[in-house]
Amino acid sequence: MAIRDRLSGNEAIAKAMRQVCADVMPAYPITPSTELPQYFSSFVANGQTETVFVPVESEHSAMSACIGSEAAGARTMSATSSCGLAYMWEMLYVAASNRLPIALAVVNRALSGPININCDHSDAMGARDSGWIQIFAETNQEAYDNFVQAYRIAEHEDVKIPIMICQDGFITSHGVQNIELLEDDVVKNFVGEYNPTSWLLNPEHPEAVGPYTNPPYYMEAKYSQMVGMNNAKKVAVEVGAEFEKISGRKYGLFEEYKTEDADYIMVIMGSAAGTGKDTVDGLREQGVKAGLLKIRMFRPFPGEEIAQALKNAKVIACMDRTESYNSQDGPIGNDVKAALFNAGMAPKVLNYVYGLAGRDVTVESLGSVFEDMQEVDKSGNVGDTYRYLSLRG
Amino acid sequence: MAYNFKEMMGKKERFTPGHRMCAGCGAPIAVRNVLRALKDEDKAVVTCATSCLEVSTFMYPYTSWEDSFIHNAFENAAATCSGVESAYRAMKKKGKIDDTYKFIAFGGDGGTYDIGFQSLSGAMERGHDMVYVCYDNGAYMNTGIQRSSATPQFADTTTTPSGTESPGKSQYRKDLAAIIAEHHVAYVGQTTFVQNMKDLHLKAEKAIYTEGPAFLNVMAPCPRGWRYDSPEIIDICKMAVETCYWPLFEVIDGKWILNYEPKQKLPIEDFLKSQGRFSHLFKPGNEKYIAQMQEEVDKRWEDLQFLCSRA
Repeated sequence: MAIRDRLSGNEAIAKAMRQVCADVMPAYPITPSTELPQYFSSFVANGQTETVFVPVESEHSAMSACIGSEAAGARTMSATSSCGLAYMWEMLYVAASNRLPIALAVVNRALSGPININCDHSDAMGARDSGWIQIFAETNQEAYDNFVQAYRIAEHEDVKIPIMICQDGFITSHGVQNIELLEDDVVKNFVGEYNPTSWLLNPEHPEAVGPYTNPPYYMEAKYSQMVGMNNAKKVAVEVGAEFEKISGRKYGLFEEYKTEDADYIMVIMGSAAGTGKDTVDGLREQGVKAGLLKIRMFRPFPGEEIAQALKNAKVIACMDRTESYNSQDGPIGNDVKAALFNAGMAPKVLNYVYGLAGRDVTVESLGSVFEDMQEVDKSGNVGDTYRYLSLRG
Repeated sequence: MAYNFKEMMGKKERFTPGHRMCAGCGAPIAVRNVLRALKDEDKAVVTCATSCLEVSTFMYPYTSWEDSFIHNAFENAAATCSGVESAYRAMKKKGKIDDTYKFIAFGGDGGTYDIGFQSLSGAMERGHDMVYVCYDNGAYMNTGIQRSSATPQFADTTTTPSGTESPGKSQYRKDLAAIIAEHHVAYVGQTTFVQNMKDLHLKAEKAIYTEGPAFLNVMAPCPRGWRYDSPEIIDICKMAVETCYWPLFEVIDGKWILNYEPKQKLPIEDFLKSQGRFSHLFKPGNEKYIAQMQEEVDKRWEDLQFLCSRA
């Protein structure tokens, strides 16, 4: 029996963390993910979990301890945001190259500077080349569901790659929504026991982790990581299908919203997709063939599949909640355009930077993006392909 | 805790030959003697900071370590070890593991006094049941002899070269063993290679088998950085202790204990003279620097005697 509740995104992730019952959780507080170690500490204090909580002195040590713990053979998780994720950056690469399937709840927040505590995706985008799987959520429900599925994807024998479960700071992490939780034993059975193939605390066979790796081996190690990462797409789809059986909720690599016959498709990720869907609904009522593609899995990037989903669009708008300073596009714009090019397609593509550091995202502001797409379609002139949305004059 | 040299040296090595460390280097001596203090029946997980020790003993696909081993990065051996130890506690609680494991981290002074200091302080304060061993060779030897906060005053390093305007490093060295003792950890010991390794062995044994966080500071000379003839390493260690430059002490539950008092404290020159990094101090006109060094050694020795007299 599913449990109906009203929870913030952080409360929902904390519930999932308790239910997946990892062995160890090293964590360091940072807004807006601070509540996760807080909630978890109270579970420990009240005997509601067997997980060992390690209150480290920094995010760098949090990820370092995660690596030690996961390598030792324990299922390990942590949580962070913004500068905390940036402080982990060095260790993210090590976790990935050691093929340690750690789960990290990322509550997305703008990176300093200037310092700001509100939502954008600059933290996760900074880690997009670190070799971690990255999955994003639109709602609290998705954040919860994604965390429940995390270890099944990350620990899969064809994957063995750490995973970030991302949600938008404050917008979902602190916003309370209706949610359907699974029962503890249902989650436990779904996630299963962690059975590593090699680990430090194996009394039968000592293990060595983290060697100095000379040029004859380094590239092969990276190639093998790339293969594991690519396999995560297939595995995420399989796990999503299994999850549907226990929850009734469907998950793939991305969600298509009214895209089938759409002339104008917005590609977006995170909580703003909800506002985008409202915008699409309004435009559909006016007879505009608008659609939306919401990316769930950003790493690995489902390029081929996304290109296929966009094949009938006349104009595409890629929405980036970060600035990447390459002068021509943001991370989503960059990856979508590369996917289209690889598929031999050359539609008109606009790229918007929006919602930085909690800048409001509204039906009106996203509506203006669809107006721009229609204008480009009518005039045939794409104009400036890289634009800022809702920038004050 | 009797110490039988012959018996100890006859124990099966847990750190095996064939690695790439220099002849006359103190680091492998420290490692072998610390690991000898493990009971044969106990298992261990060794964590190592990025260092000469790590890159020379675990180069894929070879390793010198008989026990499970993890290298993570330069500045986080203590945090990494704390993660391993937490995993052990969690798995033990869940009944996933029966064997007894001990957790030992090794780092050079760079990875311990400086870049890894926060990680070390955090792990010690959290109370993990682990031993952190600093093999202190007084500079960043792995990157080519740059100064650290463990480098003694007036040493010539590649970032504190002695020259016409400089007598070498201008600052005193940090007293890390005292700083960790102030964390009120279970055990702190400072030692080096003297007395046929007896002092090191007994301290390693206490550090490993005292429950809670323990710290060992082992002076481990580096022939490249200190510029001595390799066979001289043991004499240099002896002189470090006889001049009171590197006193042997331990701190147990906040109680300071002096383990050795030289019958006749030797002048600091006896420690300096066989080391190329101090050769500039023996040039005419530089006597004042040696006098200044002697003054600092005397002051620290008196402070230590005072701490140890409070018992």
